[in-house]
Amino acid sequence: MNRKYELVYVVSPDATDAQVAELHTQVEQITQRLGGKIDKTDNWGRRKLAYEIGPHKEGTYVLETIDGGGELMKEIDRRLKVSDLVIRHLVVRIDEEQSVVDRTRTKRTEANRRRRVARGLPPDRQPGEGQRGEMEDDDRFDVGEVER
Amino acid sequence: MNGKRGFGGGGRGKAGGQAGQQGKDGQRRPMFRRRKVCKFCADKIDDINYKDVKLLMPFVPERAKILPRRISGTCAMHQRKLRTAIMRARQLALIPYTAE
Repeated sequence: MNRKYELVYVVSPDATDAQVAELHTQVEQITQRLGGKIDKTDNWGRRKLAYEIGPHKEGTYVLETIDGGGELMKEIDRRLKVSDLVIRHLVVRIDEEQSVVDRTRTKRTEANRRRRVARGLPPDRQPGEGQRGEMEDDDRFDVGEVER
Repeated sequence: MNGKRGFGGGGRGKAGGQAGQQGKDGQRRPMFRRRKVCKFCADKIDDINYKDVKLLMPFVPERAKILPRRISGTCAMHQRKLRTAIMRARQLALIPYTAE
């Protein structure tokens, strides 16, 4: 039951803010009815679409992070499919990937710390240490380089 | 620490290869090619997310096709994740399927 999903839907540009809000409450109602919970809602606002979908050239994107079961997402998916206002939607399960990401991240920081301690350094990177900062720009990875 | 670890793969098309292919006569110098590294391994980007259009855009050049591994140097694992991310972004019209 405690799975995490991410739902993104694109609402037609003709829809008013009120209609977008209503859609959100609809999703919320379904979630509550089926014993789920909305963790986060994020309205990206109006964006240009990468390609035309029917008559539309732009759309309003809304992202919701939902805690709930598969049945709930199935129901939401079905509802959004039927809705005329929603031109695209996508449901993705995120908890598994998130845990993998967290695991690799902690593993790496731990390995780093262990290595640094083995070298007799304090476990965390000090400011101004090393030849190259982590975030510094680096042109080693130019993607535009094409073999001919 | 310098990101030298973790891109054991992706070594295809490295500088050595067939050094020949001299452009014009006289030029002896083998064509210099930078060693390619997986951007995601080197920058330690763990999750390749479909919402991050800015991250994905360099991997879908003008024709909007996914840039092959042989050119971008991305490692197999990250190319796979990149692919799913791009395909999801395409569904939501964040990234084009084709360029018209």
